[in-house]
Parts: sequence; structure tokens; C-alpha cells
Amino acid sequence: MNLWLILLFPLIGFVLNGLFGKRLGKAAVTFFAIGSVTLSFFYVLYVLSRLWPLNTAYSEHSFTWIQSGFLQVGFDLLVDRLSAVMLLIVTGVGLVIHIYAVGYMAEEDGYYRFFSFFNLFLFFMLILVLSSNLLLLFVGWEGVGLCSYLLVGYYFGENWATNAANKAFIVNRIGDFGFMLGMLLTVVVFKTLDFGKIAAAVGTMPVEPTVGVITAIALLLFVGATGKSAQFPLYVWLPDAMAGPTPVSALIHAATMVTAGVYMVARTSFLYSHAPLAMNVVAIIGLFTAIFAASIGITQNDIKKVFAYSTVSQLGYMFLGLGVGAYSAGIFHVMTHAFFKALLFLGAGSVIHGLSGEQDLRHMGGLRKAMPITCWTLLFACLAISGIPPFAGFFSKDAILSAAYAHAPWMFWIGAITAGMTAFYVFRAWFLAFFGTYRGHHHAHESPLLMTLPLVVLAALSAGGGFINIPGFLSQAYPSLAEHENRTPMIISVIFGVAGVALAWLLYIARPVLADAWQHAAGPLYTLVENKYYVDEIYGALIVKPLEGISSLVLWRGVDEGLIDTAFVSGLARGARGWGGLLRQLQSGRIRNYATWVLAGSLLVIFVLGVVGGGR
Amino acid sequence: MDTVLFIIFAIVAIVAGFNVVLQRHPISSALSLVGVMGSLAVLYLLLGAEFMAMAQMIVYGGAVMVLFIFVIMLLNAGAEKPSSKAWFAQIAGLPLLLAFIATLGFLIYSALPGLRAVEFGSWTMGTAEEIGKLLFTQYLLPFEVISVLILIAILGAVVLALKEID
Amino acid sequence: MHFSPVPLSWYLTLSAILFVLGVAGFIYRKSVITVFLSIELMLNGVNLTFIAFSYQLHRIDGHIYSLFVMVVAAAEAAVGLAIILTVFKNRGTLQIDEVDTLKL
Repeated sequence: MNLWLILLFPLIGFVLNGLFGKRLGKAAVTFFAIGSVTLSFFYVLYVLSRLWPLNTAYSEHSFTWIQSGFLQVGFDLLVDRLSAVMLLIVTGVGLVIHIYAVGYMAEEDGYYRFFSFFNLFLFFMLILVLSSNLLLLFVGWEGVGLCSYLLVGYYFGENWATNAANKAFIVNRIGDFGFMLGMLLTVVVFKTLDFGKIAAAVGTMPVEPTVGVITAIALLLFVGATGKSAQFPLYVWLPDAMAGPTPVSALIHAATMVTAGVYMVARTSFLYSHAPLAMNVVAIIGLFTAIFAASIGITQNDIKKVFAYSTVSQLGYMFLGLGVGAYSAGIFHVMTHAFFKALLFLGAGSVIHGLSGEQDLRHMGGLRKAMPITCWTLLFACLAISGIPPFAGFFSKDAILSAAYAHAPWMFWIGAITAGMTAFYVFRAWFLAFFGTYRGHHHAHESPLLMTLPLVVLAALSAGGGFINIPGFLSQAYPSLAEHENRTPMIISVIFGVAGVALAWLLYIARPVLADAWQHAAGPLYTLVENKYYVDEIYGALIVKPLEGISSLVLWRGVDEGLIDTAFVSGLARGARGWGGLLRQLQSGRIRNYATWVLAGSLLVIFVLGVVGGGR
Repeated sequence: MDTVLFIIFAIVAIVAGFNVVLQRHPISSALSLVGVMGSLAVLYLLLGAEFMAMAQMIVYGGAVMVLFIFVIMLLNAGAEKPSSKAWFAQIAGLPLLLAFIATLGFLIYSALPGLRAVEFGSWTMGTAEEIGKLLFTQYLLPFEVISVLILIAILGAVVLALKEID
Repeated sequence: MHFSPVPLSWYLTLSAILFVLGVAGFIYRKSVITVFLSIELMLNGVNLTFIAFSYQLHRIDGHIYSLFVMVVAAAEAAVGLAIILTVFKNRGTLQIDEVDTLKL
């Protein structure tokens, strides 16, 4: 069925736009970019229709990539129900965002560069999703990290953009190191990297009560997920990555790349099911990240930063779902999150575009008359993320929180409080942007159709997406926990959500002075939270500065200049010169010396042959 | 009789040899070398090599040494002057030479079993007839080659010395 | 009178002494002509060795080799002396220590 065609179309788009885009002009670039994604999306639909009902996984082996001893890794692609969901999200939402980007980036230089990297990102993301072994998944993993770097640093002339790109890539690499260790341990223990084979092998092993090899592998892979999916403590790159253009934030840092970690954990669920300790770690880190990021999101003034911390927080929810065993709930939330988070970012982009670059919430206000489509589609997204029924977010969040309640009630309560905070900060942003009086200096206008149409599409998906029964669809692979008869957690979480909305309404519509009053009352606590708990500064002092010091003092001065240069490079030269000077003395031009050397040599030969050799 | 002759001429050869090395003026060395050649010719006779003895006297004593003496007189070579430039040779030469003679002595006396005793007249194959027979049959090619070699040497010497005349 | 025959090893010893004397002359003398004379001395020593071994093995071949050595020595003496003449014309000296410009 040629699954690799799904990958080929974005790759062609990348190559064509990358090599020829500058000369081809905007229309051609747009055609190749959108065309390749559309082809990919329709081919995905075709493949899925052919493979329906996908009761068994369909895998395709293209060629053997590595054959070394016992290790054999092939370019193997796999389509099962889990990858079907991910494929639809990546290509579908990807297509919508591509169309939006055509409008958003219309006046930018380097238009072709943007789209070629965007297509490349899709290529790598699809490799990640379609891969049937850990190594190929890692190829996609690294590739999306690369594209994230390229796209966050799109405005490469500016320091803040390149710093953010560097930060994203480097922090990701720390996680990737853990992932690589996990892969190596897998090779050592299971002698293979293929998911199917590992699953079969793990199935025969007992569940590990405490630390064991499976737990080690699961935790190491999770370190990678922590980096890629921006969990504590490796989340610091995602807010800075907002330096990239808004479509990048929407596609990469909301809908697809950051969910790669979630997908990876779901894909290797057979490992985690056998390592309860690892699952607990996943759940606790996810939960902590959720509430931690939500608290920071409340205080941010840049609209994109609010949504960035929201992404971190929602990713924490997904990991919470995975950690308590509700894998299908986690993936369900990936899908609904793709819808409403992409919509939030695209809407924010629309506002920024309409205000010619203004991103600060304190300089917005009352935009609902000037930008109605943006305003009301964003409302759908806000309702979805707050978990208000019947919007999409409600179903997925409820699934996660109910599973958490069944696993450990205290997790549920923290999750519910976080849901309230989520509703609060997202509606705070909405109210501050679209209601009240306009506090800025620009003339606001609605965005063109190319940008508002995707908003409408995503709004529809945010409204109705919850009715797609993903947990049921995935129940074959992930036997979902029993349908909870207990409706209480659901009702409590909805109450928390509504309470958050109400509090936001109170503080920003009804009594605006209260917001400032509470902010002043909180005083130093508010400053702490607003400065993101100074985590970046702590990292800088504890890790970055010492590393730079070591690099420049020890490694540069000491090792490179002192040892390598002096001992090896200059040392070799001096040695050669010294020996040469010494040996030069032999060529003295004095015949008598030469004769003496000849005598010595011939004496040696005669001695060896005659005396030692036995006189024969 | 052989022994007496051998001892006499061996001593003459050694003394003349030392003289070659130790004399300061080249002409004295050359004349001593003639002495060495002569005594060696007698020793060849004792070893039954009549033809070689004659050849030695004629070629070496009659031609080569005369050539040497002519050149010494042509160049008016004087006594040597002491020089200290090749210090390595002067320092390392003596030990090496001693080691060399020691090795040779060892080889002669320990490593060569069953050497004959030389009796004059016990072997009479060193005649011109025998040498001629071997030279023109088995060693014909080397013979022709050294003929060419002599030719080349003559030409070379003539060319080199030609420039000297004008 | 009939004395005991002379052992061949004495001949070989004599030739060894002559050869070493030749080498010593080559190393220690500074005049070019004397160096050449030492070379001739060496070659004579070698000739004696050949003749002695020819007697030992009762074969004529040693004489033939000795003849060749003699011929080559003569040729070499001729050419070598011609070269000495040329060097003397160019450098004006017969000390080999003075002719040392072919060096590093």
C-alpha cells in the first residue's frame, strides 16, 4: 500500500520549496506547500479507508537500515488504531494550520523558507508517528526537534529569536540523551528495537514491583518525553519558543511535536504497564507540571505566553492520564487539545496580526467589535479547554480525571483545582483581549478569509470533537478501565471549571479594580509567580554558568590550548625539528665519517651473520 | 722450506702494510705498497697460483702502482697536514677496527672447520692453461663484461683527464 | 729440510690483517692519494683470501674471481686517479676533509 508515500509528499514539498522557492515566487511556493500536505492528508484517508476496520496492525517493511550482529533495524512503517488517530491529527490539523499560515506569513520575507521547513516538520512528524521501531521513531523525534529549532529561529536576525531556538534545541537534547540511554538499554536487554518484538518479550516477563530493567527503560524514555513534551524540569524551552511565528506555535508547540512524548509513552505502554513505579513517576510529574504551569499562566501578560504555559499544563494532564493507566484517555486529550489549542494559538495570531504585532494583553481590549470571527471562535476554544460540556475538552478531561480519581483521589483533587485555574487564565485572556476599552495604539482589523476559515473549522472541531469516541476506538489496544459509574468526579470538575470562568468574569468584567487589588495584596508571591518562579534564573546560575566556566577555563585554555596544542600539535613539530636537527649531523660531507659508518654497519652484519648465525 | 718462505714474506707484507698506513708522505706509502704486492706474489706462488702471481706482479706492480706514482709526482702531493674535522672517524675508528679484527679472527679460527695445510707443489692446477680453460668456457660472460668495463674505464679516464691538458 | 706445512688459517689471518690495515688507512689518512692506496691494500687482502680458499677447495674458481678483482681494481684506480686530478684542479687541495660541501 506504499505507506511511505505519506512521507514522500511533505518531503517533496520541502525539497522543492527549499531549493527553488526563492526563485519560484509566492504562488508556486504556496501551491507546493499546501498541495503536498493535502496530498498527504488524502492519502492517509485512502490508506485508512483501505485498512478499515484496522483490527490488526498493518506494517510495511521498506528496507533494512542497520544490520549489525544481533541488531537489525529496518525502515518499518506501522499503521494501527493509535497511529491512525495520530495520522489524522497531524495531517488534518496540519493542513488547516498550513492554510492559515499562507495568510499569516503573506508579508514576510523568507516565505519559501518558512514553508519548506514547515513541510520538513510534517515529514519528520509523520516518520515519528508511522515508525514501527524505536530507532526510526527517534529519527522523527530528532527531526522535529531540528525543525522546531529552524522555525523558532525563523526571525534569525533577532537575538531573542536565536536564543529561544538554541534553548529549545539544547533543552530537548538533554531529554534526548535520556531517550538514547533508554534505547541502548532496550538493545542490551531485548536485543531488538521493534515495538512488536519488545511487546512480545515484555509480555513474558513479570510485572516489576520496584526498580528493574523495564522500569529503567521506561524512566529513561520518559526523560526524553519530558524534554520533548515540556514537562518539569525540562519545560523551560516552550514559553521561549513563542519567539517563532504563531503558526509554528500552533502546529509544533501545541498540536503535534509536543505530543510526541505522549504518543511515545502510549506506543510503549506495554513497558509502562509492567513498571508501576515508572507509571507513578509519569503521573506525578504530569500532575505537578499541570498545576505548576497553570499557576504561572495566570500571571502572564503576553497572550502567547499564557497559551504556552497552558500547553505545558495540558500536556501534564495527558501524562497524568497515561500515568494512571488511562492511555486512551491521554490520546483522546491529545486530539481534543490539538483542536482547541491550535485554535487558541491561531486566534491569538489573528489578534496579533490584526494589531500589527501587539502581543501584550494590557494593550488590548474591546476587540470583539473589530474582530468578531476571531472573538467568537476563540470562545469555543476557551469553553473547550475549560472542560465545559458539551465541548470537546470536557469529554477528554473528564476521562482523565475520572481515571485519576479511581487511581488515587488526591490526584483527582489537584487535577480539579488545575482545571479551575485553566478556566480562569484562559477566560482572563479572552476577557482582557475582547472586552472593555481598547488600551492600545493600533487600528484593529479582522483577519482575511485565509486566516478566519481555519479558525471556524477548528472551532467546529472543538465543539463536536468530543463526540468522536476515541477511548472506544482505542479500547482494543488499551483496555480502558471500567466505565465509571461514579459521576461525582465529573460533576466536581465541571463545577471547578465554571467557578474559574466566573472568577475571571468577576475580576475582569464586573469589578476590574479587584484584579489590581488582589495583585497588590499578593505582593511578593505574585512577583514570584509572574517571574516563573525564577526557574530560568536558577538553571542559569546552577547549570549554564558553571558549564560555560568549565568550557572556557578548563576545556579551552587547559585542554585544548595547553594539552593538545602544546603537546601534540606544537610538540610534534618541535620533536620533528629536534630529531631532524640531530639526524642532520650525519650528513656532514666528511668522507671519513661515512667510511666509519660503513665499517660499523658491515661489522654488524658480519657479526650477526657469522658469529650469531652460526658461521654458516 | 715453505714455512720459512711464508714467514719471511708474511712479515715483509705486514711491515710494508703498516708502512703504507703510517707514512706521512704519499710517495713512501706507494713504494711500501709495491713491497706488499711483491710479497703477496710470492705467497701466491706458495699457494700454487702461478698465473695469479705473475698477473699480480704485472698488473699491480707494473701498471697500477706506476700509475699511482705518476699521479703523485704530477700533483706534487706533499706531506699531510693534521686536521681535526672528522672527529667521529677519529674517535670511533679504533674500537671498530679492533672489534673487526676480533670478529674476523673468531671466524677464521672457530667457524671454519677442516682447513688444509699448504704444501708447495701438492696442487698444481693454478696454471694458465687451467685458468684459460675455465675463463673462456664457464666464465665467458663475466670476462666479456670486464673487458667492456676496462674500455669504459679507459674512456672515462681519458675524458676526465683531457680537460687537464689545456 | 722438511718443515711442517703451513696451516691455511695463517694465510687467512694475514689477509685479515692486511684488510684491516687498509681500512685503518682509509679512516685515518687525510690525503686522497693515501686513501686510494689503502683501498688497493684492502683489495690485495681480499685477493689473498680468494686464492687461499681456492687452494682449500682445490678449485680454480677462486683464481678467476681474484683475476676479476684485479681487473676491476686497475680500472677503478685509473678512473679514480683521473677524478683526483679533476678535484685537485677545482679545489686546489688534496685533503679529503676540505672537500665537504655535499652536506646538509
